[in-house]
Amino acid sequence: MKTFTKIGALATVATIALTGWASAETIKIGVSYPTPTHAWAAGMNWHAEKAEERLEALYPDVDLILVNSPDPSAQASALEDLVSVHGIDALVVLPFESEPLTDPVLNVKKSGALITVVDRGLSQPGIEDIYVAGNNPELGRVSAEYMKTRLKDGDNIVVLRGIPTLIDNERFDAFMAEIEGSGINVLDHKHANWNRDDGFEVMQDFLSRFPDIDAVWAQDDDIAIGVVAALKQAGRDGNGMFVVGGAGMKETIKGIMDGNELVPVDVLYPPAMIATAMDVTVSAFKSNGPVAGRYILGATLITPENAASFYFPDSPF
Amino acid sequence: MTETTMSSAKPSILRGFDLKTAGPAIALLILCVIGFLLNPAFLSEGNITNLLTRSAFIGIIAVGATFVITAGGIDLSVGSMAAVIAGVMIIVMNSAVDTFGTGVTTVLIGCGCSIILGLGAGLVNGLLTTKGKIEAFIVTLGTMGIYRSLVTYFADGGTLSLNYDIRGVYRPVYYDSFFGLPIPVWVFIIVSIAGWFLMNRTAFGRYCTAIGSNESVAKYSAIKVDRVKTLTYVIQGVCVSLATIIYVPRLGSASSTTGVLWELEAIAAVIIGGTVLKGGYGRIGGTILGALILTTIGNILNFTDMISNYLNGTMQGLIIIVAVWLQRGDWGRSKSAD
Repeated sequence: MKTFTKIGALATVATIALTGWASAETIKIGVSYPTPTHAWAAGMNWHAEKAEERLEALYPDVDLILVNSPDPSAQASALEDLVSVHGIDALVVLPFESEPLTDPVLNVKKSGALITVVDRGLSQPGIEDIYVAGNNPELGRVSAEYMKTRLKDGDNIVVLRGIPTLIDNERFDAFMAEIEGSGINVLDHKHANWNRDDGFEVMQDFLSRFPDIDAVWAQDDDIAIGVVAALKQAGRDGNGMFVVGGAGMKETIKGIMDGNELVPVDVLYPPAMIATAMDVTVSAFKSNGPVAGRYILGATLITPENAASFYFPDSPF
Repeated sequence: MTETTMSSAKPSILRGFDLKTAGPAIALLILCVIGFLLNPAFLSEGNITNLLTRSAFIGIIAVGATFVITAGGIDLSVGSMAAVIAGVMIIVMNSAVDTFGTGVTTVLIGCGCSIILGLGAGLVNGLLTTKGKIEAFIVTLGTMGIYRSLVTYFADGGTLSLNYDIRGVYRPVYYDSFFGLPIPVWVFIIVSIAGWFLMNRTAFGRYCTAIGSNESVAKYSAIKVDRVKTLTYVIQGVCVSLATIIYVPRLGSASSTTGVLWELEAIAAVIIGGTVLKGGYGRIGGTILGALILTTIGNILNFTDMISNYLNGTMQGLIIIVAVWLQRGDWGRSKSAD
């Protein structure tokens, strides 16, 4: 195994040395993110590949190197390789976990490369030059704001949460803070783990338990699919009932475009943020304007009016 | 259920009532009482139907697992197997639309494909264990990883979704009822009866028990040990494919998160039901109760907000341990010792 990797590395070094000879002026940008194991990450992978194609066609002297890793330690090794083998000028990284990858990213920075961190911050401030992320609290807040426009004092909602993590807490706390004082009752909240099956079962139980539910905050498009199936099974999908998910799954966005009343809106947490990060990083070398800083993407409310600009039918997500 | 198993137990002092074998039934009864006290809607017709339908997946898989475990084996691959079978079924049905349309034929092709895959996957596990002489734990740990990554690969990291028109034809298999019971529950009942008959009324069932108790003795008693053991894995595979056939129409999708941890739930159901993990003693009736207990725990936790969401796993763990302790512990033995 080890020798195999070494041979592989040697071969890569040889190839790189040869190509490096040909164009010494190439700007090399490493892009490192976790191996896609769920739909959102698969969408991110797709958008990263699209951005690579687009940017390399636009700037022939830019070389983007996409690497995905199955676990934090593999990602740390991948980062080392990007420096030692490819000699990258900039790194775009979506860290698997903040803690174990802070040092490896710091080492890349010491090599002189520009650092762009995506979505998950590092545990030490000041390492990254550019930070691009979605906005989890905003996702919760925007969802609650929409709920308030549709519901009135005394209406009942249930909440299905994700996997118990910091992300889930940020979304949930912001949602509850926004809902507070509106007179809308949150009957209960349970974890559905960003999973269709769990969304279905938790919603079935909510429906048996509460005879009067006016709307559901599912937080995520996968959970929302399970919720919708449970509502239809119980025949409680009418009477103005609606479900708000989140993320921006293509099927959901298609539904919004077609005027689906049960899932009338979605709140964006875009997998395409990796493409934004790659664009900004390339701009650092190409633009005459300054680019360093923090880019927090909006949690846009997707409605039938703006849905078309978030619809990517070829993406897996 | 209790009458049949009682005959094998030694005569109990407790008026012919064997507390140990009744353990799972008592645990389920206590859970139901707790559920009803928390919220009377627990016993509503809708909730009971949901509970039974949900139990069907794990229950059907656990009936197969009872045979594997009774014969001294273990199968860790069932959850991943369900996911990959669901994935391939969806791919096959989607691509069959062009030639066979969106009718019943396409659904039948999908189901046939599921059975063949289940048979094949079970046969692979069985042959690698018996002819390959690799421990079942390792073989199925390996196939578990293989099937899980295959479904991720087929779905391109995302989710495989069934063609919308076929979903309309296939949907009733999960959502429709027949004589008041949802179809998945009927499948569960039929599989349970067939499993009970096979375990308790045929030579094959006795062979499983004999092999699980002592493989060498079974071999010297002219039992075709390898064949019987391989067959237990094939039965397991078929059970997984049946569970998948009723799972796919529910949401019409499969992804890398489909069937995660089903193997442990199935094994837990088997052990809660009184089957011995090291083999040699199997109870189909207990397994069914075990599957019902596991689903009921999750259901009850959704019916209350008294327990923090973060402690769901703790409650499940405690109840599993208590349910097994009810039938294994020393607490009833002093009376019946002789």
